[in-house]
Amino acid sequence: MMIKTIFSGFGGQGVLSMGYTVANTAMFEGKHVTYFPSYGVEVRGGTANCTVVVSDEEIASPVASEPDFVVAMNQPSFARFQSILQSGGLICVNSSIVNTSAARHDIEILAVPTSELAEQIGSIKVANMVLLGAFIRASSIVSFDFMIKNLSQILGEGKSQLIKLNKEALEMGFNYVKE
Amino acid sequence: MKKQLMSGNAALGEAAVLSGCTCYFGYPITPQNELTEYMAKRMPEVPGGTFIQSESEIAAINMVLGASVAGARAMTSSSSPGMSLKQEGISYLAADELPAVIINMVRGGPGMGNISPAQSDYLQATRGGGHGDYRTIVLAPSSVQELADAVPVAFDLADSYRNPVIILGDGMLGQMMEPVSFDHIRQEKVYPKDYILTGAKGRPARKIHSLLFDTKLEEEHNWKLFRKYKGMEQNEVRFETFLVDDAEMVVIAYGTSARIAKGAIRRLRQENLKVGLIRPITLWPFPTNIIRETATRVKDFFVFEMSTGQLIEDVRLALEGRGHIHFYGRPGGVIPTPVELFRIVSRHYYQSQQVKK
Amino acid sequence: MKTVYTRPKILKEAHFHYCPGCGHSIVNRLIAEVVEEMDLRDKIICVAPAGCGMLLYNYFDIDTLESAHGRGAAVATGIKRVLPDNVVFSYQGDGDLAAIGTAEGFHAANRGEPITVIFVNNGVYGMTGGQMAPTTMLKQVTTTTPSGRNHIHAGHPVKVCEVFAVLDGTSYLERVAVNKPSAVIKAKKAIAKAFQHQIKKTGFSLVEILSPCPTNWKMGTIQACKWIDEVMVKEFPLGVIKEVK
Repeated sequence: MMIKTIFSGFGGQGVLSMGYTVANTAMFEGKHVTYFPSYGVEVRGGTANCTVVVSDEEIASPVASEPDFVVAMNQPSFARFQSILQSGGLICVNSSIVNTSAARHDIEILAVPTSELAEQIGSIKVANMVLLGAFIRASSIVSFDFMIKNLSQILGEGKSQLIKLNKEALEMGFNYVKE
Repeated sequence: MKKQLMSGNAALGEAAVLSGCTCYFGYPITPQNELTEYMAKRMPEVPGGTFIQSESEIAAINMVLGASVAGARAMTSSSSPGMSLKQEGISYLAADELPAVIINMVRGGPGMGNISPAQSDYLQATRGGGHGDYRTIVLAPSSVQELADAVPVAFDLADSYRNPVIILGDGMLGQMMEPVSFDHIRQEKVYPKDYILTGAKGRPARKIHSLLFDTKLEEEHNWKLFRKYKGMEQNEVRFETFLVDDAEMVVIAYGTSARIAKGAIRRLRQENLKVGLIRPITLWPFPTNIIRETATRVKDFFVFEMSTGQLIEDVRLALEGRGHIHFYGRPGGVIPTPVELFRIVSRHYYQSQQVKK
Repeated sequence: MKTVYTRPKILKEAHFHYCPGCGHSIVNRLIAEVVEEMDLRDKIICVAPAGCGMLLYNYFDIDTLESAHGRGAAVATGIKRVLPDNVVFSYQGDGDLAAIGTAEGFHAANRGEPITVIFVNNGVYGMTGGQMAPTTMLKQVTTTTPSGRNHIHAGHPVKVCEVFAVLDGTSYLERVAVNKPSAVIKAKKAIAKAFQHQIKKTGFSLVEILSPCPTNWKMGTIQACKWIDEVMVKEFPLGVIKEVK
């Protein structure tokens, strides 16, 4: 099993930390993993993306030319990455700001009103974690229970005061898909 | 074994600290800035640690030279355009027989090129790179763990041969994060430092210089270096083989392209195509013998690199006309995919089978 | 019998390669005298340049490294950061410090590296045969300014001390000359003072020494020494340019 996911959005929406959180969880689960950020000329508000590969065996390339999953936090990312998604692949979108009417017909779309859900728990800043929760529910790429249980270790030092809020956001997204 | 998710650039920095590196000098250039930034943060925590963001790559390599002369384990890093600037200093390090570790996270070139991963500095790294008759050992890791593992090896080789050692990565290896463990990385050996300059207290003054006006002396110095390089060729060749024993076609690739090749070869094997891999880990000294030995049995060699063809020159020299060389190169910062390589290699493989029939 | 003059022990029993009348030999001797008088042999490290001063290691009985052309201040920085309690000085000519090594010298000064640069300014590239230096005087004839240096094509003489003086990292900058006995005495004092500044770790120190090059100036020795007073000093005024107490 080798699963490649692209996390994408505006710089500042926390897409790199979504990818990092998944990659770190997969590592703690004992899987092979690579995390590859797009890097380039630094522009605030520009687009950002990263590719996470989770696998049971050695990973040849951290690049995804045909990802299994895409997580798109904004419209340009949706447009760009839905076109390279594998046929039958899943794209999770922040439907609060992404219009999916122009989507391909051979892919599955999970629309999550991410911004509204995040505002319900009081902070738009954790919108990324809301969509991540929903994505994990839909993809089972890592164990959600394991992630929640080890969240402080996974997010690392410096984010400890935000653990509770992040956990809440992840659970909100996860449960949104359950329903 | 405790693992942490870390970028290749940061892993190089931590491995250097654990290997006893106390001096880092560097100038920002993408895609290796995370290493410079890691050292800026980490060096002040190291006893006697020094970090300088130098005014140029030229200054950085010369600061490395100064620190090496004073007996410290010193390192600098850069990416392709910056490496061109460092070549002057690397030539002096080789001439003065001073240890140093230099990291090049290669990007697309020539000129300004771009900041995407490439393997187009192969010839610069393996042929000395600067002026004069000299060589540097070149290590080519292909994962974040291997980047970390290469650092103590590089420092030990630099100290034992008193010669600059290059770690040749690329933007992908530098930027990507993978699980990495530093449990086994430490400074193992202490090397005699009977040449360094510390002030001539209680001993005759020492001089370190590469100016040898007397042509006989310069010639002898060149032969002395040559003998040292011969020793490296005999003792320091490192390579990895993967599914070569029954192979009918052998891919030769290093670094990032070697890991892509492995992915392609796994798919090829699923299709019962007998393809293997020889992966040079030292690009200089080059693993000539294993390629030559393999050529007694295998006819088809497939060189794969992220350039228009530099590694292929060493493969040609190793084969000395034996076998047939196939080639696939993607220059300019393009990262080829395992699927793409799978398709190309299969086509070449079937064509060779036709020829054999 | 009282000894009034002898070879400093720091100077090896070697013949200088310098041309007759060259100021380098005087500067070499002054450094040797200062090192001996300040008892610095045990902890001083010299960085020699490319240029006429490059064979210093054949003359000084002190630890010496030859640097690439222009890189003296960067190399000295590397040494000093590893050995902060040693005294590290770089000996550089005008092409070395003020042309090819401008960045290295400027930034070492700006960082306030506690190193000393002995800057020999003779207004010409000596070792390569008399080409224009950044410090060549206007109208001065060299092999690359055959009709005299013209600022329109070749710029103006670079005043290193004055440029460095505006950098907050510099603690002691003095311009001296070695063209007559009274000047030589001042030059020696300046070198000693620069080392003292380094030992006190007050910052970057530099002594610029106007030095005759009769061969490339195409002058007699005495004429060359006079030319320093009559022409060079007007462009490069002598004295302490900056001292942070």
